[in-house]
Amino acid sequence: MEHLNLDVAQLLAGSLVLVSFMLLYQDRLSGLINIFALHAVALTLSVAWQAYVQHAPHLYVTAGIALIFKATIIPVALRRIVKQLRIHRTVEIVGGIGPTMFLGMFLVALSLVVMLPATASADPFAREDLAFALAIVLLGLLMMVTRRNAVSQIIGFMSLENGLILAAAGADGMPLVVEISVALSVLVAFIVIGIFLFRIRERFDTVDLFELDRVRGEKR
Amino acid sequence: MNSEMLMVSNALVAIPAVAAAALVVQTDYRRAAQINLAASGVTFLFALALLFKGHEDGSFLFVDDLNIVFVVLSTLVGFTTSIFSASYIQHEIDTGRLSLGNLRFYHATYQVLLCAMNLALLASNIGLMWVSLEVATLTTVLMVGVYRTRESLEAAWKYFILGSVGIALALFGTILVYIAAEPVLGEGYDSMVWSTLMAHAPDFSARLLNVAFVFLMLGYGTKVGLAPMHAWLPDAHAEGPTPISAVLSGLLLNVALYAVLRFKMLLTANAAAVTPGPMMIALGLASVIFAAFMLYKRDDIKRLFAYSSIEHMGIIAFAFGVGGPVANFAGLLHMTMHSLTKSAIFFSVGHIAQVKGTQKISEIRGLTQSHPALGWGLVISVMAICGMPPLGVFMSEFLVVSSTFARQPWLAVPLVFGLLVAFGALLLRLIGLAFGEPTKSVGEVQASTVPLVVHLAIVLLAGLYLPAYLVTWFQNVARLLG
Repeated sequence: MEHLNLDVAQLLAGSLVLVSFMLLYQDRLSGLINIFALHAVALTLSVAWQAYVQHAPHLYVTAGIALIFKATIIPVALRRIVKQLRIHRTVEIVGGIGPTMFLGMFLVALSLVVMLPATASADPFAREDLAFALAIVLLGLLMMVTRRNAVSQIIGFMSLENGLILAAAGADGMPLVVEISVALSVLVAFIVIGIFLFRIRERFDTVDLFELDRVRGEKR
Repeated sequence: MNSEMLMVSNALVAIPAVAAAALVVQTDYRRAAQINLAASGVTFLFALALLFKGHEDGSFLFVDDLNIVFVVLSTLVGFTTSIFSASYIQHEIDTGRLSLGNLRFYHATYQVLLCAMNLALLASNIGLMWVSLEVATLTTVLMVGVYRTRESLEAAWKYFILGSVGIALALFGTILVYIAAEPVLGEGYDSMVWSTLMAHAPDFSARLLNVAFVFLMLGYGTKVGLAPMHAWLPDAHAEGPTPISAVLSGLLLNVALYAVLRFKMLLTANAAAVTPGPMMIALGLASVIFAAFMLYKRDDIKRLFAYSSIEHMGIIAFAFGVGGPVANFAGLLHMTMHSLTKSAIFFSVGHIAQVKGTQKISEIRGLTQSHPALGWGLVISVMAICGMPPLGVFMSEFLVVSSTFARQPWLAVPLVFGLLVAFGALLLRLIGLAFGEPTKSVGEVQASTVPLVVHLAIVLLAGLYLPAYLVTWFQNVARLLG
């Protein structure tokens, strides 16, 4: 039974890493949003499994937040933003898909090499979870670096954040996990509202406001 | 439980929180500025009370020798900045740069920020500390964007993205620390509390702590503004309201540094873990030298001093990285002096930008003639930040350099080089700003020079004479830091 528990936990965490890779090569915004919803569902299952295995009812709350907020509300909101702001439907990936995927594989290998020896003494659940979580965090960072469009950067950030929640849920009996996931959701909500209100399309270079069309002062 | 209710540290978190709630509903901005000032003042008085009461240990908040220093410093700067803010916003209202609604929002977030920073400093566990630093980041993002101009929104967005990534990495480090502690301290709350963590640090898995520190250093280091994670800092300082620039430089960078220092202590307590010093030294030196060269090309007065903040945070991180009683003492002193001096600079710069109607250095000349109080205030505070004797920054920089010479002489060479380059750049800009034929002014301000004078007076006094009480206290903390 113990073995099965571990296997299922690994399967779910591993599928999160796979979905992270799907995010990495997706170059259409609508597809990106759908896959992010899938990412959030995988996170929900993973956290719910941890809640069941660890007999930690509070983790169900975290799983619920992931399902309602990240797998439902955020994708719907993002789809509306893409529609209303009429953002180009395809987004370029800086550096091309091939090299990015290779870099992604390298990052996953790196996180296994770093985390597995470091966590040798920790319990096996936390161990595998942590290695996968670090891989998801690094893949999220990679996605933020290789995208210029604000919406896809946000999705990169949210996938990174899913990795964090996975790590926190995997740590046995860690207190404040629910509080932390709420705090992170607030952060994400702010970002999404920010894009919507201020119509931010591209990363740092073009913030497009309705009423203001001033020439920038100092060259940067 | 009763004694816990009476803790002074509760008041330090509760007063700003209550004030923030009151300010949300306060529609008269003059009254709001008064409430803001009064609440910050009372919070500062309570922080002073901590000096007499000493240690406190509650279930969520705690006070020890280390965080008292930070709390007193940050409530003092929070208080003086609220005085400056009152005269600053009056002008912004008169010129229509801020609407009344924005102002209400501004005052409430100011108190939320003070609350979050006090909570981060006083939090007795690593999870609460992380949450409050996240709240502090969010509120400053909102305040940087308060002008709703293209530039300020862009700065806020950049700060937001980089700050969030930093905060996320710090969370990963925090989780790793918990996992390192959990086999020793058992599941649950105990494995996150500073006091138990410190007591059992030698038993934790060293490899896990090493990995954790890398994430914590990069994550919280982003908030400290260390190169190469500094990119948000100049924009956030330049485009937000000037009181926020003062609070960012004077307080928030320190609070993030406090988090780094706490984790550094944890690693130092574990003999098998890597020494965190070299990493801090490397990031610190990189920041000093990078910022020193960047100072030369600035044409925005607030951006100029933002780069100077990166430089000084680099010096402080460097000093704590070198470690040992003298260098830690120097780091603490330099942090205090930098907070006071840099916020003083922003107090004068804020009014200068208002009277001149521009932040461009090339368009501002002859300040000592046209506005003697502001001009000379700027001259003295920039001289102070450059490290001219007899002001306090000179003494702390001298201590940093001399203690480095004593321990690792080769490291002192690049540090002194960076200091000299920065010195030249700031002096060059200062001469242009302060002397020569005055440029025309666009308006007058009712500048309140009290906060400026208070800060400079403390910096001057500290340079001339440090009270023995303060010295022994800082020495204690320096020993604590290892």
